Amino acid sequence: MNRMYGNKLHILIFLLPALLLFCGILIAPIGASFYYSLFEWNGMSADKTFVGLANYKEVFTSIDIGFMKALRNSLLLALLSVFLQLPLALLLALTLGKKVKGERVFLSVYFMPVLISTVVIGQLWLKIYNPEYGILNVFLRAIGLEKWTRIWLGTKETALGAVFVPTLWQYVGYHMLLLYAGVKSVPGELREAAMLDGATDGQVNRFIVLPYIKPIIRISVIFAVTGSLKSFDMIYVLTNGGPLRSTQVPSTLMIEMLFLRNRYGMGSTIAVLLIVLCFLFALIISALFKQED
Amino acid sequence: MNNNSKAARIAIYAGLILWLLINLFPVYWMFTFSLKNNAEIFGQNVVGLPQHWLWSNYTSALKTGKMGIYFLNSVIVAFSTILITLVAAVMATYALSRLIWKRRKAMNKFFMLGLTIPIHASIVPVYVTLSRMHMLNTYWALIIPYAAFSLSMAILVCTGFMNEIPFDLDEAACIDGCSVWGIFLRIIVPLMRPAVATVGIYTFLQCWNELMFANIFISKTALKTLPVGVQALSGQYTTEWGPIGAALVLATFPTLLVYVFLSKRIQESFIAGAIKG
Repeated sequence: MNRMYGNKLHILIFLLPALLLFCGILIAPIGASFYYSLFEWNGMSADKTFVGLANYKEVFTSIDIGFMKALRNSLLLALLSVFLQLPLALLLALTLGKKVKGERVFLSVYFMPVLISTVVIGQLWLKIYNPEYGILNVFLRAIGLEKWTRIWLGTKETALGAVFVPTLWQYVGYHMLLLYAGVKSVPGELREAAMLDGATDGQVNRFIVLPYIKPIIRISVIFAVTGSLKSFDMIYVLTNGGPLRSTQVPSTLMIEMLFLRNRYGMGSTIAVLLIVLCFLFALIISALFKQED
Repeated sequence: MNNNSKAARIAIYAGLILWLLINLFPVYWMFTFSLKNNAEIFGQNVVGLPQHWLWSNYTSALKTGKMGIYFLNSVIVAFSTILITLVAAVMATYALSRLIWKRRKAMNKFFMLGLTIPIHASIVPVYVTLSRMHMLNTYWALIIPYAAFSLSMAILVCTGFMNEIPFDLDEAACIDGCSVWGIFLRIIVPLMRPAVATVGIYTFLQCWNELMFANIFISKTALKTLPVGVQALSGQYTTEWGPIGAALVLATFPTLLVYVFLSKRIQESFIAGAIKG
């Protein structure tokens, strides 16, 4: 048995399809992206000009490219996610976790938007935000708040917020589900013991449940932050970075560099920075949570 | 005291129901305006049920808007991806959790890197390679990258399920004279059915909803998948909302239909994917 299961050739054959896919599409391209980022290249011609780290210098300093602005926007989205979306998700998870009637129905409906394509949700919210006929402005006019109506996606000041709301709407359910699974895994004896000692619901949540689900909160925070850094679909559909770049994020900027300006080196530079930032933030958040223990 | 807790309960349910309505309303609105004409959508009847059920919106979306083609493309891409992902993942998991070799733990960790690598990493190199191999505007241009990016999650889920299969079964089969392939195909694969469902659902949703790759690697209308198709269609019908609504419903109802029947399993697959990773 051991000899049969230790056969090197079998091991290789079983691993091969996965290894090819994984290395070919995920691992090798990381190296290739870094390599391209060292060149000025229009993607078509055979000759690329080696420029060293010039793209990196340009991306951080050039106002014309506006990477820092894009990064700031995505970090702002990350902050909104962590401090608005996650608390809401946590509140829902804690409430559903203590046996309310219709728990399954609430849970299933809250999670539903996660399954709908972001393009569909974006298209739907385009209609909701439509300045003339969208239900948001129609509603505001109907209740006499005419002066609150805005061109929500077309105004610099409101666009980023208007992009965030559908994102929140779509992903609260996702974080809620993860946190709910955590709340449900708290051993009943822990709760009961605390209740016997006279703890209120709030105290049980604060001193028993929250510490218990901390690893899941960490995962949620990491997903919320890296998800914001990578955000693309919703913004592409709603504003494509505009107006005046007020909703530009690194991903939309990357696509602009690649396919509008034909700057493949610069596009790759942004891709590399995104990979690094995602890993970096995941590490930082993990470290922050560890430090707290 | 009693009054207080009763008031608190009412407040809790009011909050829960309010959020329920906020979740349902946009979807309800989408379904209703997919069956209305502009006059109703734009004023006469903004939020009510349609007065005249305008099924012709669906015909326009399917024919003029080409939603039928996009739908079929999405189905082809999604199911091919699921098949490739499953074959590669179940085979790799067998090597990683059954076969005996020194660096299998390290190799497992290596595959788990894929849970953190964003798809941005691949976009330029894969695009350049596909274009050199004249493979842009083919189904493979989407199927292969989708399968690669679904792999880590699939291996993660498969490992969980495979570890629950008792090793005695392998040994018994070995004593009965089964080869490695015999054990794999006759013992392991049939017992992996629950993993197949979980991985299948998760991968399906990823493919069905993916926009960035689909947008860049495919420009031929005949090969577009739903997310890109919906984008194209909404550009085509800028002033008529009904057909856009119909397209949105067409792109969404398969997922929601599956969700109605498999809500628990779908939720579990998302929990498994996030928490074990």
